[in-house]
Amino acid sequence: MASLKDMRNRIASVKATRKITKAMQMVAAAKLRRAQEAATAARPYAQRMAEVMASINATMAGKTGASPLLVGTGNDLVHLLLVMTAERGLCGGFNTNIARLARQDAARLVREGKTVKILCVGRKGADALRRDWSRQIIDRVDLKAVKQVGFTNAEAIAGKILARFEAGEFDVCTLYYSEFKSVIAQKPTALQLIPARAGDAAPAQAKPQASHEFEPSEEEILAPLIARNIATQVFRGLLENAASEQGARMSAMDSATRNAGDMINKLTIKYNRQRQANITKELIEIISGAEAL
Amino acid sequence: MAGTFKFELVTPERMVLSQDASQVVVPGIEGELTALPGHAPVISALRPGVVAATLGDARTIRVFVKGGFAEIDADRVTVLAERALNVEDMDAATISRELQAAEADLAAATGDAAKLAAAAAVAQLRTLQR
Repeated sequence: MASLKDMRNRIASVKATRKITKAMQMVAAAKLRRAQEAATAARPYAQRMAEVMASINATMAGKTGASPLLVGTGNDLVHLLLVMTAERGLCGGFNTNIARLARQDAARLVREGKTVKILCVGRKGADALRRDWSRQIIDRVDLKAVKQVGFTNAEAIAGKILARFEAGEFDVCTLYYSEFKSVIAQKPTALQLIPARAGDAAPAQAKPQASHEFEPSEEEILAPLIARNIATQVFRGLLENAASEQGARMSAMDSATRNAGDMINKLTIKYNRQRQANITKELIEIISGAEAL
Repeated sequence: MAGTFKFELVTPERMVLSQDASQVVVPGIEGELTALPGHAPVISALRPGVVAATLGDARTIRVFVKGGFAEIDADRVTVLAERALNVEDMDAATISRELQAAEADLAAATGDAAKLAAAAAVAQLRTLQR
């Protein structure tokens, strides 16, 4: 049986823990709001981009010589998994869930005889995947120094992917990130970046509109537009991830705070009981001592 | 001046402008384009320059944009820019900072197209600086 002093110390330490988790929860809540605002603000651009892509696709439909970024290289032997996770832990199952989805897909692709390469964004995902897939990780992007992800970060990542694609290092690129559904629900998602899924670009946006003229030519516009589109998707993934991370951390810290509270209650009851038991014991000793006289 | 159309200027980070306009001048890569209501549909790449929009209430807003595309329809103009800065908000310090960045781009640019775009950005910013 722990002594009374030990129990007092234990209660004090759990109280300190509760203060920390409470503070982390509040910080996450503030950051979450900012991340959500950023994700909302970025939505119009992605939407318009999809519309422009759709109208170009409508014009280009049936023409040959479309970019391999759109139609693929004709093979699907080498898969690049772009796994985006957080830089920090203590956010519930957030990192684990993304890493698990990526790991499952990687294992499935390997079983099908495909080659898998992995590009990690964020330290936690790299740490989680390093155990089984260290040889497949070809590159890592560190965003630790970045406070608020900007489009330049997304462009840098997209640039890396495109350079590798042009060098013929892979055929299919899939993005793994966590979709922000709500504060308590984040869904790890796989999104195919290259080749772009035809159905994804604003489905059924078939406005019977006069086709656009292009300035300069379609091909010249299309190449940078596709690259920009990939950067936009990466950017969206980064923002969704940022919001999801803070949401996950908030609910994780919330339940940690509640657990700590429960534990303090239990320990306090136990402490009081033991204190009373000690007093009773002492009283009995004194009384029986007095009676013996 | 027959009516207005919807004008939107968006960057990856946020929606800069979404208003009705009666006329928009866009710095297309092959020269400036003036879009009035009922313009033929065009998608054009942009060179760095100033987008000037005459709004429904006859105010004119000038925004410096860098890189991107404009989609012009009969009843809609959408500018997808990589960067956008309101000209009124730009002071000498902002301009010189942008100018430095643009000059760095120019120095780092490889290939004719990239060089041309960077040179255009530098020239445009020099004009604004005066």
